[in-house]
Amino acid sequence: MTAEAGLAALWLAAALSLLGLFLSILHVRGKLEADRTVRGLAVVQGLLCLFAFAMLLIVFARTDLSVLLVASNSHSAKPFVYKIAGAWGNHEGSMLLWVTVLGLSGAAMAVFSRRLPSRTLIAALGAQAALALGFHAFLLLASNPFARLDPPAPEGRGLNPLLQDPGLAFHPPTLYLGYVGLSVAFSLAVGAMLAGDVDRQLARAMRPWVLGAWIFLTLGITAGSYWAYYELGWGGWWFWDPVENASLMPWLAATALLHSVAVLAARNALKAWTMMLAVIAFTMSMVGTFLVRSGILTSVHSFAVDPTRGGFILALLGIYVTAAFVLFAVRAGTLREGAPFELVSREAAIVLNNLLLTVILGIVFIGTLYPLMAEAVTGEKLSVGAPYFNAVAGPLAILLGILLTVGPLLSWRRESRPVLRKLALPALFAATVLVIAFLAWPQATILTKLGLALGAGLIPAALLPLIGRNPLRTPLAIWGMAIAHLGAGVAIAGMAADSAFTTEKLTAARPGETVEIGPWLVKFESVAPVAGPNWTAVEAELRASRGGGVEVLRPQTRSFSNPPTETNEAAIKTVLAGQLYTVIGQPDPEGRWQLRLWWKPMVTLIWLGGALVGLGGLLALLGHARRAWRRRAFA
Amino acid sequence: MIARPKHQRLVLVILAILAVLGAVLLAMWGLQDRAAYFYTPADIAAGKAAPGRAMRLGGMVEKGSVKRDVDGVTTRFVVEDGEARVPVTYRGILPDLFREGSGVVAEGQLSSGNTFVADNILAKHDERYMPPQLGNQQAEHQAGQTLKR
Repeated sequence: MTAEAGLAALWLAAALSLLGLFLSILHVRGKLEADRTVRGLAVVQGLLCLFAFAMLLIVFARTDLSVLLVASNSHSAKPFVYKIAGAWGNHEGSMLLWVTVLGLSGAAMAVFSRRLPSRTLIAALGAQAALALGFHAFLLLASNPFARLDPPAPEGRGLNPLLQDPGLAFHPPTLYLGYVGLSVAFSLAVGAMLAGDVDRQLARAMRPWVLGAWIFLTLGITAGSYWAYYELGWGGWWFWDPVENASLMPWLAATALLHSVAVLAARNALKAWTMMLAVIAFTMSMVGTFLVRSGILTSVHSFAVDPTRGGFILALLGIYVTAAFVLFAVRAGTLREGAPFELVSREAAIVLNNLLLTVILGIVFIGTLYPLMAEAVTGEKLSVGAPYFNAVAGPLAILLGILLTVGPLLSWRRESRPVLRKLALPALFAATVLVIAFLAWPQATILTKLGLALGAGLIPAALLPLIGRNPLRTPLAIWGMAIAHLGAGVAIAGMAADSAFTTEKLTAARPGETVEIGPWLVKFESVAPVAGPNWTAVEAELRASRGGGVEVLRPQTRSFSNPPTETNEAAIKTVLAGQLYTVIGQPDPEGRWQLRLWWKPMVTLIWLGGALVGLGGLLALLGHARRAWRRRAFA
Repeated sequence: MIARPKHQRLVLVILAILAVLGAVLLAMWGLQDRAAYFYTPADIAAGKAAPGRAMRLGGMVEKGSVKRDVDGVTTRFVVEDGEARVPVTYRGILPDLFREGSGVVAEGQLSSGNTFVADNILAKHDERYMPPQLGNQQAEHQAGQTLKR
């Protein structure tokens, strides 16, 4: 019954979306006063989705093998946490999660965005209902998560063991909150263009959604990168895999939108520009969903091999994007002109930031889709990887970083003070590091050297906007900006350091032998079999020492029985200066084991930087929320 | 210079168009020599692949062909597709699902002696996975089989 209840809730939610869409059209056209009804429908629709998702969690928690999805993806012997996580570790379940977040976003918009003009809000809720309707149709017609299996399977097929990892259990929901949070920015933009009210009020309503989505995307990407780093055992932290790009593209668009929406909120400028970015940002979310969920690309993440599903998402994408672009083309010209600004001003710096981010986005987009287009057109099969993305997007990212040192120091509208003087110290740091890089590490690529210098300059420069302010009276949003920019500097320094300083050793060793890597002496003590809840493994014991203390690392090769699979579990030791990363491979007949060791100085800065960026976003969100609350309290 | 509003809007539109054009041009320039083409052993036997260029080789690992060098970390094997065979050398730890008789994609380049020197071996982590280049039917077939079991 649980599954049927979930399915019924989904059908009902779809019907309410349709009704909400219909009523919102009548309301916007002035034929009917349906403000309260449309808002109520949005809330009920969101709650029904949540109910359906809860039903899915229950059938997974119980391992109800009469549900096809459970039988295909779960197993009674799996640890409970992964039974639950298994609910969204597959195509249908993850799409249900997507729709649930979409529905709840609509509900939250109906409850919290009341300060908007009624026509704008109802038009936006109508857009959100139209989005929900399409994805409900996709779930119900092409990816029913509640389909029954008759007779029930005797046992489930298990879950990809690579996905049985605490980090990964929460990685997809985090990213989805980001992806789908952008749907609200999209709907608000569509609603505002329909109603003709693009102003600071709209920007203030849109900003928390963009910030929230952007925080989740940032954290999701950071966590996903760390997951790939320790779980795949390749020692790399970003592979330009299509699925990674699918999360990077909405992030790039959301980053641009975040900055332009701030201009709209503060200065009432960049109106059409911001609306365009809001449309692009959610388009990139849908492109990402299409890439991942259609199974069209080769990746760990692609479960579906069903071409009709890809076609369905592509059709939805086409309809929504075309409609939004047509609306933009018709309405952009009628928007009132924004407030003017000069060439040297914070607005101009943000325009430049937006342009650079857009170009990077375009490069990533084309590089990700090029293999598909080439195969469709010429039949040739090819892949595009790091050589392309690093060489083409890397220099632009450096330019963006340099802009980042100056932009926050500029005033709105026009800058007449000599701002560059403030940057003397950061510039000195950067120049010193650049000279050292050329002298000490001539083998590093030019991009790496520039990255090191940029990190050294950006870290102090990011804190300059705080100087001369009373720390207690500085608005949280300014703190947030400074910390997020600091995080960008820290991450850039980590990326460049990883590429410049990593040393790698690949060897075959017998127990008792010692291997030297960087400053470490690693003694290979022994190998022994170990067992976990649903796996067995061969575990090596390594004792690493450098000067004083001894660190013990235990890399494993794990074998899972359901489904039969092996994974490498790297053992990583984090110290202040960096990480020692160890992997054990296969034995050979002479009793040797393959060992692959990396010493990666400063590599942890990459994820520390990502976390700081997320923290900065959170502070800014809190700051804006507090100001909005005060404004309401005094109003 | 304080731009008049009309003027400012025009400048922004032009900038946006230039950004999109710039992205397309940069991407096309970058893709010219940085895309790695996918070849099967038959393609290589037919001389389609140029030595020294980054590429991917996909096929099946020939049964009985996997040999380890004395250094313990270099592996030699043969990738075949029923029509032709290509010897491959790889220095590193093989991925978990690398098996004789199953599908593999190797990233690397062809040496002048027509041996493929791999920098990276991709064998997927999921038994249901097959490189799409090797055909989705097989993956669907296997998935159906396991479900019936």
